[in-house]
Amino acid sequence: MHELAVCQGLMTQVEQIARRENAEQVTRILLSIGPLSGVEAQLLADAYPIAAAGTVAEGAQLEIEQLPIRVKCLTCSEETEATANRLLCGACGDYRTRLLSGDELLLMSLELERRQHA
Amino acid sequence: MCDTCGCNVTDGNRHLIEGDGKLARTESGSEAISVLQGLLSENDRTAAHNREHFDRHRVLAVNLMSSPGSGKTRLLEETITLLGDSLRIAVIEGDLETENDAQRIRDKGVAAVQITTGTACHLDAHMVHEALHALTLDDIDVLFIENVGNLVCPASFDLGQHRNVTLLSVTEGDDKPAKYPVMFRASDLMLISKSDLLGVLDDFVPEKAERHLRELASTASVHTLSARSGDGMQRWLDWLRSEHAAAQTRAVNGETLRPAIQPDGQRMHAHEPTRQHHHDGHHHGHD
Ligand SMILES: Nc1nc2c(ncn2[C@@H]2O[C@H](COP(=O)(O)OP(=O)(O)O)[C@@H](O)[C@H]2O)c(=O)[nH]1
Ligand SMILES: [Mg+2]
Ligand SMILES: [Zn+2]
Repeated sequence: MHELAVCQGLMTQVEQIARRENAEQVTRILLSIGPLSGVEAQLLADAYPIAAAGTVAEGAQLEIEQLPIRVKCLTCSEETEATANRLLCGACGDYRTRLLSGDELLLMSLELERRQHA
Repeated sequence: MCDTCGCNVTDGNRHLIEGDGKLARTESGSEAISVLQGLLSENDRTAAHNREHFDRHRVLAVNLMSSPGSGKTRLLEETITLLGDSLRIAVIEGDLETENDAQRIRDKGVAAVQITTGTACHLDAHMVHEALHALTLDDIDVLFIENVGNLVCPASFDLGQHRNVTLLSVTEGDDKPAKYPVMFRASDLMLISKSDLLGVLDDFVPEKAERHLRELASTASVHTLSARSGDGMQRWLDWLRSEHAAAQTRAVNGETLRPAIQPDGQRMHAHEPTRQHHHDGHHHGHD
């Protein structure tokens, strides 16, 4: 269960941005977590309220997008969809493929409310 | 260790975010800021820093991963014995609770630093950085990092190593690569360990384990060995020697190397400096 550690890292990043942007409240966090990232989106979502408590992002809506696993074949150049434990080319079956998407572990964007000027 | 370069990354949260800061107003009146940054970027930064230390001191750093009990410590013990004086070894041991593994290594006359992670199921780059302070890198040719026994969490955390070696013992299922694709995809070398038991365990087929690995689009080498009987150990030592030699060449050329974990998502970090792009050039022999 390393999702709590990942989530704490996320909160550090969010707080840094909020401070830099002079934000009063972070209202929405968008992540992109691929099936091959090594992080379970659901476990991260479960850990999130604990990590966010007492921070500028407490109560913020956490949204996680998941890109499909896609590979590009180094032999036939086709781009096909794949699964986590079968990353072969969907066209010719070759195992020499490169991952195009599916291992993302990214903070994509934030929505926040700025502090009003005095 | 860090006295020599003046770095101070352990209190690292300073320069965390350099998002591109694009602004857009949403319907609700709040502002949306595009960030596009890795969730482990703080860890990755420290890992890159560790790797710089290894490269500067020409140390080959190898991260050993497996389930608990697959034979990592035993393999290290035998490796140290067989290498004798030919390569200078040091070990960082990760374990949930005990100092036992580090003591087993010290009994072999080799420096070992124990990291007890408590509840954390993996090592991270900061823990390794701390441990490096207890070692003299100039006296080391190959640094092994024995990760916490676990086929899930350690795969996510770059430690600064050059190579990932994953053990799969024949007492486990040969379909482990299919069950833990993130871990095995990150492996530069898969060692099928405890081969002396193959005779009594007829349900583990090394070729099947390799096939499952290939289905992850992995080109990693696969060696079968036994630390107990010595079977296959020579080939493993040859791999280590050639990796160590390659690390010396890289150091001379000012290059570095990242393990097979190529979080391809990294390519999306458009604003990060494009350091360490030498990983495309490494060889994955099918010998
Ligand atoms: N039969 C056999 N047993 C082994 C071998 N390597 C390790 N073991 C045993 O497996 C157990 C776990 O080994 P250890 O090195 O502590 O595993 P680790 O948790 O991965 O570090 C110990 O009882 C070892 O003696 C081997 O090559 N053959
Ligand atoms: Mg051990
Ligand atoms: Zn193809």
